[in-house]
Amino acid sequence: MADSMRRLLEQLYRTESGRILATLIRLLGDFDRAEESLHEALRAALEQWPAEGIPENPVAWLISTGRFKGIDRLRREARAVSSLDAIEATSFDPLVAMSDGSVPDDHLRLIFICCHPALPAESRAALALREICGLTTEEIARAFLSSPAATAQRIVRAKNTIRDDRLPYEVPPPAELPARLASALQVIYLVFNEGYSASAGDSLTRPDLSGEAIRLGRLVHSLLPDPEVKGLLALMLLHESRRQARTAADGEIILLDEQDRSLWDRTLIAEGIVLVNAALGAGRVGPYTLQAAIAAVHAKASGSAATDWAGLVTWYDRLLRLHSSPVVALNRAVAVAMRDGPAAGLELVDGLIRDGHLDDYHLLYSARADLCRRLGKTDEARASYTQALANTRQGPERRFLERRLRELG
Amino acid sequence: MKYICFGYLDTETWAKVPSVEQLATVDRCIAYDETLKKNGHWVSGEGLQGPESTVSLQYKDGKVVVTDGPYAETKELLGGLLIIEARDLNHAVQLISNHPGVQMGRWEIRPVQDLEPMIRESKKRRSAGATNRA
Repeated sequence: MADSMRRLLEQLYRTESGRILATLIRLLGDFDRAEESLHEALRAALEQWPAEGIPENPVAWLISTGRFKGIDRLRREARAVSSLDAIEATSFDPLVAMSDGSVPDDHLRLIFICCHPALPAESRAALALREICGLTTEEIARAFLSSPAATAQRIVRAKNTIRDDRLPYEVPPPAELPARLASALQVIYLVFNEGYSASAGDSLTRPDLSGEAIRLGRLVHSLLPDPEVKGLLALMLLHESRRQARTAADGEIILLDEQDRSLWDRTLIAEGIVLVNAALGAGRVGPYTLQAAIAAVHAKASGSAATDWAGLVTWYDRLLRLHSSPVVALNRAVAVAMRDGPAAGLELVDGLIRDGHLDDYHLLYSARADLCRRLGKTDEARASYTQALANTRQGPERRFLERRLRELG
Repeated sequence: MKYICFGYLDTETWAKVPSVEQLATVDRCIAYDETLKKNGHWVSGEGLQGPESTVSLQYKDGKVVVTDGPYAETKELLGGLLIIEARDLNHAVQLISNHPGVQMGRWEIRPVQDLEPMIRESKKRRSAGATNRA
């Protein structure tokens, strides 16, 4: 009984702690106080639910109990009297709050404060994973290949900044919303990419982080169905759909044109395409939507030959106009190579190398090597693979490049 | 998850605190410990006697040598340790940050090492050893 109750509460914690914490922060006016009250409420649940039964609305019960515990604690500590008065004066009914939209708003407030641009980017991701997704410091450290101590410090500092700089706990006003939303989406995409293509280490993917990012994306989408939120969610789903096909059984990389497309997850693709279309129809098309549109072109094709490369070049052109980036230009060059042949692609890639913006980017050299290989320029291909190898630390990427080098003879 | 928290006492600073305030701090520490117990964060905790009652053991040339001390060369003494149950490292940091004992000196928080896998492996090795000998 105690064990099954503990499991139920752990499950509840994983799925609902963000929502409960979000409201408690608003009600109690402080991050740490809200967290401690949430723990006290969970403890009370563990003691009371086995005897009294599970309440009809466990989330409302936990919010309400957490609020009482927080007020109780303030009273015991006999400090912050003015804030205690303010907290007690606020009438609060958790069931009303859950139906009148204030709990969903709290959830958005929590997302926006964790992703506040005043916090460093890595801190935002760590804070979001801990406070919204309910991951522990140790889990976050493992996911980002960082030490628990460094991660803990990052989180402490972020919370101190929130408190000391009095960052407002609010859904940003309309004028600030686009920029603040962009910062939140950036955090989610960073978490996704860290899971999808780990920047170092021996495993190509860390599925837990991608899963958490998609969960966050779905959450933001349910609270704020902005076109770019749709675009980002679609982008993540379309990439995620290829997960099974991206790596061989031995963990080695399989490139897009060599993937077994029957392994692609059709359910995720269908959901992603619906979202892309909705985002494209919204009038204001942003960079995530365009990237999702690109992923959708691949998702719809049965193979490399059946891919609409001309369409892809057009999408890349639109993306470059919106947001000039050498990485996007590199991807465009690869699409041009598929449309017009490897020589046309190589010309563009060499232009990028001359520009010098991507000097340490291994994919630039590996793309160049691949084009040279297709043009029969074996020596140049070998030199470029070697240069790519010098610029990546990731195990499977390294082995992929070494394999390509061996294949050149 | 369990965390062992080592609380150090800055003896020089502490000695300068008027005794009335010292007592008030002690009271607040004990009250906070009670809160930790009430909220299920307390696993155990002990205060430590001073270095004059400490002995050190050292294995040297096949023998255990016992000496007194070490006597602290710094003004910082390990005053006590607390084992707490917290959700994660940041939760442990938060619980100890609120401890009035942080005003008495530095604290160190270390997660416990789960020895279960090591013990399991060791049991396997030892039973394999027993089978081999049989």
